Amino acid sequence: MNFPILSSITLLPVIGALFILFSKSEKNQNRNAINLSLFSSIVNLFLTIFLWYSFDKSVEGFQFVEEQNWISGFIKFKFGIDGISILFIVLTAFITPVCIISCINSVKTRLKEFLIAILILETFMIGVFCSLDLVVFYIFFEAGLIPMFLIIGIWGGPKRVYAAFKFFLFTLLGSVLMLVAIISIYWITGTTDITQIFEIKIPVKYQYILWLAFFSSFAVKMPMWPVHTWLPDAHVEAPTAGSVILAAILLKMAGYGFLRFSIGMFPIASEYFIPLIFTLSIIAIIYTSLVALMQEDMKKLIAYSSVAHMGFVTLGIFTFTPQGIEGSIFQMISHGLISAALFLCVGVLYDRVQSRLISSYGGIVNILPKLSLVFAIFMLGALGLPGTSGFVGEILILLGAFQKSFLVAILASIGIIFGAAYMLWLYKRVIFGKLEKIELKELKDLNLSEGIVLFSLAVLVLFFGFYPNLILDTAHISVEELIKNYEQAIILNQSMVK
Amino acid sequence: MENFNLILPEVFLSLSIFVTILIGVFFKNSYNLITNLTYLIIVALLLITFNSFNVSGNLFSNSFVTNSFTNFFKILILLGTLFVMLITQNFIKEMKLNYFEYPLLLLFSILGMFFMVSSNDLMSFYLGLELQSLALYILASFDRDNLKSNESGIKYFVLSALSSGLLLYGCSLLYGFTGSTNFEEINLRMEIENTGAIFAMVFILVGLAFKVSAVPFHMWTPDVYQGSPSSVTSFFAVVPKVAGIAILIRFVQIPFEQLVDQWKNIMVFMALASMILGAVAAIGQTNLKRLIAYSSIGHVGYALAGISTGTATGYNSTIAYISIYVIMNLGVFGCIFLMKKDGKYCEDIKDLAGISKQNPLLAISFLIIMFSLAGIPPLAGFFAKFYVFMSVIESGMYTLAIIGLLSTVISAFYYLRIIKIIYFDEIKNSFDTIKNIGITTTILLSCTILVLFFLYPSFLNNIVSTLSIN
Repeated sequence: MNFPILSSITLLPVIGALFILFSKSEKNQNRNAINLSLFSSIVNLFLTIFLWYSFDKSVEGFQFVEEQNWISGFIKFKFGIDGISILFIVLTAFITPVCIISCINSVKTRLKEFLIAILILETFMIGVFCSLDLVVFYIFFEAGLIPMFLIIGIWGGPKRVYAAFKFFLFTLLGSVLMLVAIISIYWITGTTDITQIFEIKIPVKYQYILWLAFFSSFAVKMPMWPVHTWLPDAHVEAPTAGSVILAAILLKMAGYGFLRFSIGMFPIASEYFIPLIFTLSIIAIIYTSLVALMQEDMKKLIAYSSVAHMGFVTLGIFTFTPQGIEGSIFQMISHGLISAALFLCVGVLYDRVQSRLISSYGGIVNILPKLSLVFAIFMLGALGLPGTSGFVGEILILLGAFQKSFLVAILASIGIIFGAAYMLWLYKRVIFGKLEKIELKELKDLNLSEGIVLFSLAVLVLFFGFYPNLILDTAHISVEELIKNYEQAIILNQSMVK
Repeated sequence: MENFNLILPEVFLSLSIFVTILIGVFFKNSYNLITNLTYLIIVALLLITFNSFNVSGNLFSNSFVTNSFTNFFKILILLGTLFVMLITQNFIKEMKLNYFEYPLLLLFSILGMFFMVSSNDLMSFYLGLELQSLALYILASFDRDNLKSNESGIKYFVLSALSSGLLLYGCSLLYGFTGSTNFEEINLRMEIENTGAIFAMVFILVGLAFKVSAVPFHMWTPDVYQGSPSSVTSFFAVVPKVAGIAILIRFVQIPFEQLVDQWKNIMVFMALASMILGAVAAIGQTNLKRLIAYSSIGHVGYALAGISTGTATGYNSTIAYISIYVIMNLGVFGCIFLMKKDGKYCEDIKDLAGISKQNPLLAISFLIIMFSLAGIPPLAGFFAKFYVFMSVIESGMYTLAIIGLLSTVISAFYYLRIIKIIYFDEIKNSFDTIKNIGITTTILLSCTILVLFFLYPSFLNNIVSTLSIN
């Protein structure tokens, strides 16, 4: 199969954005823009599902590889996917149309530009998950900052400027060190093609410092404690669609980065830094859960819960057990769906009441029964109730963690209890209770587009809760390969030390 | 006759300057005529230089060389001047600067730069340098009824004369300690223990650093940029920098080749200081021209970082950097000449507030250029920085690389601030609509190149890597 399907998937949203840019019809301009963006993103979704379908789950290594000479001689433009990246590509392609549908109601100004920004962002995000070259990866990874900065800054809340700057500068600061590391890798190994780097193997003496440089970028993006502070600001100020993309996909880039680059290129350093990652993850899980408990702003609460969930992901990745890593991948996909849905629920409420404070709600279960139902599903998913996708990820990560360290697993389990506490309490205060506020009585329940989006998300959350194999099977071979390479490198290193 | 080809552009340029002077003297109100002639001359020069791009050789007992390296920089100078003239045409007329001397002075300074880039001898180098500087002093104070313009001209003249003095002193020391003024001869007779020659090198580097406005010899830049008429500022920001970097590369590669350990330290210091000052000092600026001045100091820092490696990849990365820098700055100034409100040109960045609604195209151009200046991928500015840091890390100068990249983060702040003012702030006012084909094409070209550069970045690399200095 020679058709460059990965490049097509990556480029399609930008082509859609170009069409929107040049679409002109004075009166129903927005209609056109919405239709065009929906069309291109849904076509892209079908293409990625086709890609998923034609992806061979039983083969190791990368598939659909495309290679192109790029910067004369020394860097090649290389695309390719394995069982891990395909999942994230599908997630991206699924979340984008969801965002576009959700912004029809909530974005009041400059809708056309908003849709262009979302589509361009989709291109960059898919590019991140497709690229097999460090420089190409870096370019897509960083380029995503531009549209996200504009989305937060132009369509955001009252403190949007602060949030946008904080988001941009934090991420950039983390990433420039990664750029230094990438260039150093080029001069150490003579290539930036990661499949070749995996074979050449970076000398152990360089691995630690390079690992830290990559870590600085991924830790900010993940975000890990203590560099997570940009996330609550960005989430609170971003428009709903922005929060959804941020939580569902941008955060996953870092987790993906750990899996693909840190572990693959620096196995020795990854093993060496396990205690660091475990400590930071446990702090993230427990500390941010406690912080989330005390939040008065719904978006902020969900943002902190994201930090805690991402703590589980890093914990799972660095257990280096099949359960832990597969659990992390599953957790990332499931968190992508659940947090996106939670932000959408908050967005629905915000569109109607113009407040994100928990205290301005209460007792809306009778007025908004449909919303309360889907909200309940996502809330239970977020706290990891069996039967939802949230449960599968957490239990697998804990299984992995128990093999490594009993204490860490116990502490992480305590975090789950806190998670249940803040989620249930949030739900109780917003949905249940007595309906005291008069302005809430006039609220309308979900309209058609909101209903479609939220119910399809709810179905997926439940579906993956009951049938996780769809995701786990896809990733299985790639994860095994990852662990095999990791263990070989460790054994090789030990024998060399002896 | 064969040798005549080598110096054809310079001869042609000199003769055309004489002809245009005569036209200017004998015809009244000949500004338009002379401007059009200048366009023709520049285009003709471009064709001549393109035509003999790969011709190389030397003249006048090896005091003047032509090769692909000098030709590349000459083309860059010509293209820079051409587009600067295109974007400033309206401005010059409206500010009543349309005297026939204006385009002539541009031509004179180009002639000076041509000789400077091609010089292979301290004498021809100094003559070229002074010719271009003298023309620039007059240009800086061209708006003669404006106090600030006069001030900037005088300031530029006094400080530049001082640096020329140092440079000349360095040249004479170099002659005294090596016994020759020819670049290659100097290189042959240079010995590492030659302390006098090292002194001479320091003086010459100081003089050149002044011309490209590298820290700590940058003090004139913000004032001159702000005070000069914008049309002159746009020229200052683009063209003399190119020439300065070109001769700097030639100096470190030919006469000072053996002093690499000595000048390396100086370069690294200047690069670091320029990057940091360019990033930090620009944060507080509210005048757009002043801000661009500091940003250009920062950019010179990155260009010097490439030179400071002392390797071929380093020089090539600097050449690529300066080419992309020219494209970005032409775009910025194109945008600045569109900032006109009630018949007056604006310079304050607050005037940009909320223009994204009234002038969406201007806003998006600013957006692209600012992100590119900040070095955010996938725009061309990123590749420029990438090449430079590639070579810096190749030479193992990790401190320079890390500090350099951290200062890009700091400088990203003020580029973002401009975008913030354009896109996030409330509308205060809207600009007059200016329909000028020159400005529009320049901005359009600049933005297209910046955005599409990542599709085929090899293009620039392939050209740059074939340039030969000898």
